[in-house]
Amino acid sequence: MLSALTLLLVYQLIGEVTVRALGLPVPGPVIGMALLFLTLMVRGGPSDTLRGTASTLLQHLSLLFVPAGTGIVLYGDRLGAEWLPLTAALIGSTFLAIAVSALLLKALSGRSTQAEPRQ
Amino acid sequence: MSGDFTEIWVYLSTSPLLGLTLTLLAYQAACWIHKRLGGHPLANPVLISVALLAAILLLTDTPYATYFDGAQFVHFLLGPATVALAIPLYAQWPRLKAMAGPLLASLIAGSLTAALSAYAIGAMLGASRESLMSLAPKSVTTPIAMGVAERLGGLPSLTAVLVIITGILGAVGARYLYQWLRIEDHAVRGFAIGIASHGIGTARAFQVSEQAGAFAALAMGLNGLLTAVSLPWILPWIETLFAH
Repeated sequence: MLSALTLLLVYQLIGEVTVRALGLPVPGPVIGMALLFLTLMVRGGPSDTLRGTASTLLQHLSLLFVPAGTGIVLYGDRLGAEWLPLTAALIGSTFLAIAVSALLLKALSGRSTQAEPRQ
Repeated sequence: MSGDFTEIWVYLSTSPLLGLTLTLLAYQAACWIHKRLGGHPLANPVLISVALLAAILLLTDTPYATYFDGAQFVHFLLGPATVALAIPLYAQWPRLKAMAGPLLASLIAGSLTAALSAYAIGAMLGASRESLMSLAPKSVTTPIAMGVAERLGGLPSLTAVLVIITGILGAVGARYLYQWLRIEDHAVRGFAIGIASHGIGTARAFQVSEQAGAFAALAMGLNGLLTAVSLPWILPWIETLFAH
């Protein structure tokens, strides 16, 4: 558990340093994730401890968004004057984006997975 | 007696212990409610926890900064948790690779739909330019969205709220949309929610299955990258279209 957590932090650190050194437009942990993924490809998979720690962390991923989410109390009044266009835009665009992505992916991947077993 | 109470409250309200403990208690209460309601998507743990904590802060007149002094220990774990997404991604790699082309097409279409439909709906209903620029990047993870909003001339702090609401909307509503559209494949469900609703959507996808979670994580990462690179030059062009 401790060794796995240390490993995750080391990759995050490398990610943060890389982002700053190269001026990349993405957060450091995303680069850390990509680098860990590449390491797993080279090594042929995670150790049992790393898999266990990752699954514990990800099981409670929702919890980790709670402190930032509570920050909504700071900006509640920002929504005030324009709440109608903002609410409509948020609801409309979120569900449109989910629908477009899901329907397109279903249509395209359905074709490719149907074609594969026949080969 | 009341003197003692004031002393205790002064201690609690200046120590990080209270913010941290309240966050964990609120989340456990939210999970309990979520479970009692049979995992109903409307009883989303993030939504309930945030509502509980926001109510406590407002009722006790506690500044968010004081709360965050304690809650930051939980917030900090977002970094290593993001790195840990590499593990389910690796586990799903054969399927991800087989679907690479369709995934890329869905990513581009979904990313553009999220930003442009938000802009269009907001513009039609008369939102200010500042709000529209804060709205456009709201489907990606907070640090990227705030950076993009700033480059576009929006308000990063407004974007932070819009990002959270977008995440909760997707996590709460996606299941109904999928039922209506007859989308059953967990890979497709996860990927679409990751595009539209970033980390909060991904957290919801992990509650459903590891496969949905892995596809959501990939979509969240890729959409963050795509939005950071593409939106700053696409949006000014869209803006001139709307001006005419």
